[in-house]
Order: sequence, then structure tokens, then C-alpha cells
Amino acid sequence: MAALKKETLLEWYRQMVLIRQFEDRCADLYFNSKKITGVYMHLYSGHEAVGVGALGALKETDHVITAYRDHGLALIRGVSADAIMAEMMGKRTGTSGGKGGSMHIASRQHNFWGGYAIVGGHLPLATGLALGARYNNTDEVVVSMIGDGATNNGYFHEALNMSQLWDLPNVWIIENNLVGMGTRIEDSSGQTELHKRAIAFGMKDLGRVDGQDVFKMYEAASEAVEYARKSGPVLIEALTYRYEGHGVSDKTFDKRFGDELKAWEARDPINILAHHITTKYKNMDAELEAIKAETLKVVDASVEFASNSPDPDLNDLVANVYVGRDYDVI
Amino acid sequence: MSSKNISMRDALHRALWEEMERDERVFVMGEEVGKWNGTHKVTRDMLDHFGPRRVKDTPISEMAIGGAAVGAAMYGLRPVAEMMTINFAFLAIDAIINHAAKVHYMFNGQFTVPLVIRAATGWGMQATATHSHMPEPIFAHFPGLYVGCPSNAGDAYGMLKAAIRDDNPVLFTETIALYPKPGPVPDDPDYIVPIGKADIKRPGKDVTIVSFARGVEWSLKAADALAKEGIECEVVDLRWLRPLDTATVFESFRKTNRCVIVEECLPHYSLGSEIAAQIQENCFDYMDAPIKRVSAMDVPLPFAKDIELAALPDEHKVIAAVKEVLG
Ligand SMILES: Cc1ncc(C[n+]2csc(CCOP(=O)(O)OP(=O)(O)O)c2C)c(N)n1
Repeated sequence: MAALKKETLLEWYRQMVLIRQFEDRCADLYFNSKKITGVYMHLYSGHEAVGVGALGALKETDHVITAYRDHGLALIRGVSADAIMAEMMGKRTGTSGGKGGSMHIASRQHNFWGGYAIVGGHLPLATGLALGARYNNTDEVVVSMIGDGATNNGYFHEALNMSQLWDLPNVWIIENNLVGMGTRIEDSSGQTELHKRAIAFGMKDLGRVDGQDVFKMYEAASEAVEYARKSGPVLIEALTYRYEGHGVSDKTFDKRFGDELKAWEARDPINILAHHITTKYKNMDAELEAIKAETLKVVDASVEFASNSPDPDLNDLVANVYVGRDYDVI
Repeated sequence: MSSKNISMRDALHRALWEEMERDERVFVMGEEVGKWNGTHKVTRDMLDHFGPRRVKDTPISEMAIGGAAVGAAMYGLRPVAEMMTINFAFLAIDAIINHAAKVHYMFNGQFTVPLVIRAATGWGMQATATHSHMPEPIFAHFPGLYVGCPSNAGDAYGMLKAAIRDDNPVLFTETIALYPKPGPVPDDPDYIVPIGKADIKRPGKDVTIVSFARGVEWSLKAADALAKEGIECEVVDLRWLRPLDTATVFESFRKTNRCVIVEECLPHYSLGSEIAAQIQENCFDYMDAPIKRVSAMDVPLPFAKDIELAALPDEHKVIAAVKEVLG
């Protein structure tokens, strides 16, 4: 692998810090000021290196699709924090005009095809996107994030089998954070080394990757993307950990798994990257602090923007039910 | 307009073939659509002619057929996905309802889903309980999806073309019993039956019969028989369950003041329920009699032929219902 430039490392650091701050702010807006409402909001904190490393291996023309834990990936893809925050608050200026909410952030212009809230539901969509890319004879690849829990539903098996059968340019990445809601992988999967599922499909298995380490993630994803572009689908399992509860309704998370969280926080993905940067280059502390201050401003501004944005109205309520047809609600 | 008499199967085959010739983005996928030539032979010879890029045999994976078709449509292709029969579309109901029908709205118009899901439908062939359904009203329940159900060859041709050319997802169901039935099909390759437009298959002044798909055949037979007794029925073929052409139904009802709804579906929460409710909401002052529904009996379908047929509507049940609303 070609040596990484300093700017790349700093950009990764910026993305990871931005995600963490954005998610922390979302939690604050939900639990304290109650500016974010509703019942669903799933934070990406802890997973940052998986998303940043994986998406770092892509071209702008490549595609990304994921489940409901989607804010972080949207930010990495370059979707504006303003539009994401506005969607969190259900505003007209949000990525989905306030009609999608936290679980349905998408931006067509960034080839970010969205968050999807039905577990596994986006996986055959990824197969279909890759089919489109291949049908049109492009060199695009499609990266799909998959929860460990999602590997047990039928969509996973059907989508990956079809992807292999047709040699589609899919990069399938399992974000194994060890638990789906409250169910541990040992309690949900006969084969807990989830990358081995690839064997059943005759798919290239790139094994288990340390998802806390953005370098390892980037390296694995680069290999995967190159393979998918040329040959066909691959499966990677990234081991990582969810720092917050499953979603905002999950209040007992910290207590459930004892000291496990602490052990993972000791290998925090942002600290691992920061440590690497400060070891490799001299006198970086001030620069890293400056990045943090910069991203905090982005988050502050997004809250400001979203708070001052208009709410969707009754015309928006009935818009875009169908393409090209005014919709008469009964 | 010049036309030829061909079966509904051939009309669908021709429509699909011509649309694939016309637009390279159109392709078919589904179980047995290629090498096997299609379970119902609607896709016959297509693999040979168009090749495997455009005619894709799939594994028995209804969730992925539905979902991959949605993804390909979002990408910009125009998939025509075949569900071997509507009974198997139950496995794809999440892909169809939660994804195909919602993606455009949920992401505020950023994505479109120009997708047709074709499915063979209907019952009365001793196919037994799991393989005997006409569940179209379930699908028509959801905004974001169109549902088309032709009753004859000519409509099938023009409706399938309309569905393929439209930018919205369409569930298109083809009644198995109607596949072999011939009817005039226009020679014009741009013949389109507009989405959401019902058709008056027989004008009349005494009773409105609202139906779709095979129900239209029973309704027309009943209307013929009743005409001999001096009763003139107006037969409205809805053609599309969504969008529902209530304007045509109301107009007919305001003329006849009486209505019978004929459907191959189960009676609870059905098309009949919907039409009856809408008529009483919108045409109450025009009502001269309670609205009658002729539906399948509210049982899972059995195998034995006589009791199977006893559970289904037919022209005799339609005649009895018309006489009832005439008092
Ligand atoms: C089909 C379906 N079943 C159940 C749920 C409820 N549900 C939402 S998230 C979730 C856990 C999924 O866990 P995992 O795939 O590991 O992803 P993670 O939340 O860890 O990112 C469940 C059961 C759902 N949304 N969809």
C-alpha cells in the first residue's frame, strides 16, 4: 500500500472527531434540550474507524448504503452537517426534508443511498445498485454496512448469494459490535466468526479486521474495493464496539456488559489515530486541538442552522408520494 | 385502430418484448424467466434474443428479487421483476411495501423507483390453500405503489406498457385463468392504457357492477343474461386498484343508484369494502339500495374441486346479487 500522506491522516482525524462530536450533540439535543424528538436515534460513536477507513478507500463515483446507524457515514461521505442535523430535528432543510428522520439520511448527490430501518432491508438494494453499476458497464463499487444482527435474517443470505452468483461489485462489510439491541452474537449466531459466512456463498472472505484501527480498516477496504472493482463481491468482518445504547430507548446499556465498554474505550479509534499521528510527526498537539475546535464549530453551526430552519408544511406532507402525480389523499 | 386477436399471454409477451427493444434500461429478472422460458411463458424466447444481461434467472429468493429490483431501479434501470405467483410475493412484501413504495417519499424525492413487479394471480385451479390467493387489495392499501390487474388481452398489453414507462413502482398482476383467453390487441406499439383509468366494459342504466380482472368476465356474463330479462347493467372494469378511478364509479352510480361489486378476493377489508365505503361517503343521496358484494367465501381454499368452486364467485352469484339490489 502506498504511504499515506499526512493530510490524509489529518482528514481522517477530522472526520472521526466530527462524528463523535456530532453524535454527542445529538444525544444532548435528545435527552436534555429535547430539540431532537421521536423514538429512534442510533449513534455511531465507537464505530468511527470502520466507516472512515472503509469509505476512505472509495472514489466519489462509488456508492454507500447502510442501516439506520447512518449519521456518521453520511458525514464521512461529505453530506453537510447542517442538512443532517436539520433532518434529525425534522426540518424542511433536512436531507429528506424532515420526512425521513434519523434512520433515513440519504444524499443522492454524494452517492450515499441512505440509511434503512428494516434490518437487512438495504442489502438486496445494494445488490441491485451493483447490478446497475455492472449493467451500465461502469467501474463503480457499492459498499454496504451490515450489522452483526442483520447477518441472521433472510435478506443477508439472499442478497449476498445473488451478488456472488452475478459477480457484482459489492463490498459487504459487517460491523460486528458484538450485539444487536441486547442479543449477543453468541446468542444469535451458530457461527460467531461472521466473515466465515462468505464460505457458504463461495464469496471471497477477507477475514476479521480490527475495526478500532483506521489503518487496518483502510488497508482491508482498499483490498476489498480493488477486488470488487475487478472481480466480484467480497465480505469483511470489522470488530468494533457501540459506545452508546442501541438507540435512545436503551437506558440500561452501560450496566449490561460489565466493564466491556471500558476495555473498548481503552482502544478508542480516535485515540489510536491521534497516537499514531503524534508519534509519527512532531508537535502535532496544537494542530489536533485546532481540528477539534474547527469541527465543534461545524456542529454548533449545524444546530444553529437546524433550529432556525422552517418545519415542513402540509404541502410537504403529501409531496413525493408518487413521481409526477399530485396525490389526492382520501 | 387495426388489431389482432391474441391471447393475454401473447399480449403480455409482445408488450414486454417491445418495451425491451425500445428501452435498453428495461430488463427482466425472476425465477425461471430465462432458460425455462418463464413459468407462464410470458418471457419465452427472451433469453435467446436479449441475452443474459437483460434476462436474468434468479435463485428462489423473493426478498432479494424484490429488493435488488428496487436497488436497480433506484440506480436508473427499469427492472421488470417476475414473482412466479403472487403467493410468493408474500415473502417479498417488505421489499415491495417498505422499500419500493416508500423510498421516493422517505428520501423526499431524491430517488425514484421505476419498477414493475409482475405476478401471476388468482385461484380456482385446485392449486390449494397456499397457492390460491387474490391479495391485490393488501398491496393496494399502501400509498407509493400502483396496482394494475388487467381483465383481457388488449388491456393487459396497454397496461403493462404504461407500467413499464411510468417512473413509479407498479405491482402488475396477471390472472392465470385469463392467460389463454384471446382478445383484440392494437397493432400500435405505443398503445397505452393510462394508469388509474377505469373502463366501462358495458353501459347500462339499472345497476352498476364494479369489478376487475376475472370478475369482469363473470360480470359481463351476468349482464348478458340479465339483459334478456330487461335489466341493463353497467359494468365498470377498474383495471387499476391504485390509483382507484372513483370518479368513473361515482358517475356510474349517480346514474344507476345501485351497485354490486364483484371480486375474486376475500371479503374482509377488500376492494368491495373500499368501494362500498367510498360510494356511501360520496354518493349517499343517490343510494336506492344497500350495496352488495360478491367475493370469494371467507375460507382458505380447499383442494376438492366442487367445494373449491363453491367458495368462488361466478356469474350466477352476480345475477343473484343484482336481483337483490333491484329489490
Ligand atoms: C426486520 C427487523 N426486525 C427487527 C427490527 C428491530 N431492530 C432494530 S435494530 C435491531 C438490532 C440490529 O442489530 P445489528 O444488525 O447488529 O446492528 P447494530 O444496531 O448493532 O448496528 C433490531 C432487532 C427491525 N428494525 N427490523
